[in-house]
Amino acid sequence: MNHIYLDHAAATPLNPQVFEAMRYFFDGKEFYGNPSSFHTPGKEAKDVIEKSRKNIAEILNCRPDEIIFTSGGTESDNLAILGVARALKDKGNHLITSTIEHHAVLEPMIFLEKKEGYKLTRISVTEDGIIDPEEVLKAIEPDTIFVSIMMANNEIGTIQPIAEIGNLIQKYRLENHSEFPLFHTDACQASGFLDLDISKLHVDLLTFNGSKIYGPKGIGVLYIKRGIKLQPLLFGGGQEKGIRAGTEFVAGIVGLAKALELVQKEKVKENERLIILRDYFITEILKRIPKTRLNGDKTKRLPNNVHISFLDIEGEALLLYLDAEGIYVSTGSACTSTSLEPSHVILALGLPREVAHGSLRFSLGKGTTKEDIDTVLEVLPGVVKKLRSISPVRVEEKYWNRG
Amino acid sequence: MNHTSPPIQPTPDVTNQDKTKSWFYSDIVKDHFFEPRNFLKKDPEPGQFNGIGTYGSPACGDEMRVWIKVDPKTEKIIDFKWRTFGCGSAIAATSMISVIATENGGKTLEEARKIRPQEVIDRLGGLPARKFHCSVLCDKALRNAINDYYRRVGFFDKIVSEGNRMIDKIMKVTDEDIEKAVREGAKTLEEVQEKTKVGVNNSSVLPAVEELIRFYKEKYFNS
Repeated sequence: MNHIYLDHAAATPLNPQVFEAMRYFFDGKEFYGNPSSFHTPGKEAKDVIEKSRKNIAEILNCRPDEIIFTSGGTESDNLAILGVARALKDKGNHLITSTIEHHAVLEPMIFLEKKEGYKLTRISVTEDGIIDPEEVLKAIEPDTIFVSIMMANNEIGTIQPIAEIGNLIQKYRLENHSEFPLFHTDACQASGFLDLDISKLHVDLLTFNGSKIYGPKGIGVLYIKRGIKLQPLLFGGGQEKGIRAGTEFVAGIVGLAKALELVQKEKVKENERLIILRDYFITEILKRIPKTRLNGDKTKRLPNNVHISFLDIEGEALLLYLDAEGIYVSTGSACTSTSLEPSHVILALGLPREVAHGSLRFSLGKGTTKEDIDTVLEVLPGVVKKLRSISPVRVEEKYWNRG
Repeated sequence: MNHTSPPIQPTPDVTNQDKTKSWFYSDIVKDHFFEPRNFLKKDPEPGQFNGIGTYGSPACGDEMRVWIKVDPKTEKIIDFKWRTFGCGSAIAATSMISVIATENGGKTLEEARKIRPQEVIDRLGGLPARKFHCSVLCDKALRNAINDYYRRVGFFDKIVSEGNRMIDKIMKVTDEDIEKAVREGAKTLEEVQEKTKVGVNNSSVLPAVEELIRFYKEKYFNS
């Protein structure tokens, strides 16, 4: 059976060129030294890390010493939030984020609120899943030390106005003669598609990782603007300027740098291709299957994201029927997690729970072709029809697709 | 949504019989999920059934509706049709209970009332632990249909309302305790835990508790 993988927002296959670049640091023949060691193999490993750091810094238009390697997106987000908030405890205790952040941002924020006495404001989104920069500005108080807003959403793919928010925050700091709040963005979903030039984004901290950009899993970056102090999460041998102790994952670092380079080089052309495919897919689903609804803004969304609610049926059942056809997609639906709560992102759009339960995310990638999409479009209507015939639920008309 | 009673959970002493390999569910679950037995294809004709029961709500992620035809002489279930909104195991569980209720000439209503989630789970070859509480609501829908039959034929003394169920057997918290907490104003899991201590040392019951909280909030506060 021909497999069609449409879950690139969860994980991307490793690019063979990236694997090739990493190979020397995995095969144990030459480059196995500990980068902290003072002998030649150690120095060689260290040099490789620094070269990768420099390459990444060029793409971010920042200084190499502003790049910290971590174990992935979750650690980078945690380090940014917990690290900065704790280091700035005597400067203020108010934090701002949005209602649609990834759990790697929301959970540390909620932890600080519940356990360490911080105040937390969560900015709502429009019904199209976009954050209004003015709302962020309005939420800033004299004791606000930290703002974290994602660059693109992992479920519905909406692209947030990070540069505008960054601009407003900078203006606020100038006008109030304050160094705060600092501004962090989680760019894990965006880094394969959007420009990461720090000077244009006006961010102070930025997270991205390897697993969403055809790079290795288990490696991530936190960009930290020079001069920002943060309290480490891990203590030990003082690696990464003491901000992130632990022997470096050399092969992962090399792979991440290579993956970012390739994906950024190819993005203009690839985005163009994907947007055509994405819009075709969305249009055809909404046309061919009744009672379907696109979630998230039509144009301010990642080139690879298609997020649809299929009313009257439950997402997991649909996912498993597609799985049986060799089509791999994702659901934010509760049953796949330990909680029964439907996706907080879909609920944040103001949709009722019964609609949230019937949502699927299709995320396209480099290997996705028009033929793949046509195959899915052939399979999908029948599967939806069958599940609807089993279902007793008829969701009200007002939640159907917006005109 | 007119709920009259809370969602049912399996008895708390169920054991995890998750024998799945590469797939999430057992082969029997898979079979009943992809080839569901006895689901109601067309809306029923008048008189086709004499008992209807519904349980759950789509907002909670699962809703089951059951139609039964009871032979008034023998009180046996001679036909059982259903529709389910829910995940793979919810669909398979409803399919399986329709088989259990109608096999070997059909169970009597008294026998059918005794079908419990554990029996459905066993017959399905096990379910992943986190699916126990949310997906086997079909026995409750069936008991509602049985009550509906007795109501229609006027045997009111045979209508049985559901008793309390133990949700957390470690902290000895029942669904009634949770209902009381919500009525007294607890709105979140944390607030209900403050009042009842439910799931404090037993996080596996939390999904069931969350569902109950939502159910009672809907029931009492329409929110």
